[in-house]
Amino acid sequence: MRLLPPPLVCRQAVELMSDYVDGGLSRRDRHRLERHLANCDACTEYLAQLRATIAASGRVELEDLSPEVLDGLVDLYRLFRADEETP
Amino acid sequence: MDDAELLQRLRGGDEGAFTELVRRYHPALVRLARYYVGSDASAEDVAQETWIAVMRGVDRFEGRSSFKTWLLHICANRARTIGVRESRTIPVAVDDAGPTVLAQRFDQAGVWRDPPVPFTEGVDSRLDDQELLATVRTAIIGLGEPQRTVVTLRDVQGLSTEEVAQLTGLSEGNVRVVLHRGRAKVRDAVETAMREATT
Repeated sequence: MRLLPPPLVCRQAVELMSDYVDGGLSRRDRHRLERHLANCDACTEYLAQLRATIAASGRVELEDLSPEVLDGLVDLYRLFRADEETP
Repeated sequence: MDDAELLQRLRGGDEGAFTELVRRYHPALVRLARYYVGSDASAEDVAQETWIAVMRGVDRFEGRSSFKTWLLHICANRARTIGVRESRTIPVAVDDAGPTVLAQRFDQAGVWRDPPVPFTEGVDSRLDDQELLATVRTAIIGLGEPQRTVVTLRDVQGLSTEEVAQLTGLSEGNVRVVLHRGRAKVRDAVETAMREATT
């Protein structure tokens, strides 16, 4: 007879969630976490928040590109093209 | 217009396509380079050299990987070389000491004493989308390395864990640990913003 793994407590459950979202947990840990989530509203909320955070991260623009830098690179491209086209 | 189409145009010498690709990826290149090199100026140089390599190599790029992956790999390789020359130590030390969520938020049995402030249903009303994105952005920029680079490549740029490992020189296991901690900190920041918006 195989023993069931011990149930998770909340403190342990949160440590598994990032891997869970990425599909990176072993079957055993996934089942343990899902069993915990089925009975824990707070951890279910934590997981939803983690997903919402990751989704928001995917829509963030980290940095603006300064017009000077852009102009400089376009100038470089023009030089490169001019050089290419010179026989 | 997607990257493949822009690439096609770039091959034909389309300056507009080049400009658009720079707009899309230059900040990400500078950020990735900064992971390896010691100064912003040096990172800017690496990013510029990456574009020169793109101009020279675009006809030879076979499209076995995505344009983004190709571009980031050129940048990482170049930045790594410069970093070695600068004798810079790459922040590979993974801080995995202590729990991700503050210990005092759980009771002795490990059950939430101070459960997460619900926000997934309240984002619309309490924190509008622009505020949410601004909070997430500030939190990601405020992360220490290697968390900032790992979270940026994985969650902002949408690369796979394997690609992030290749670009940062971390093992995939370390990428997962670092990602887990970085994401938890960003979530904390959103929760704090929610608490403040509520009170």
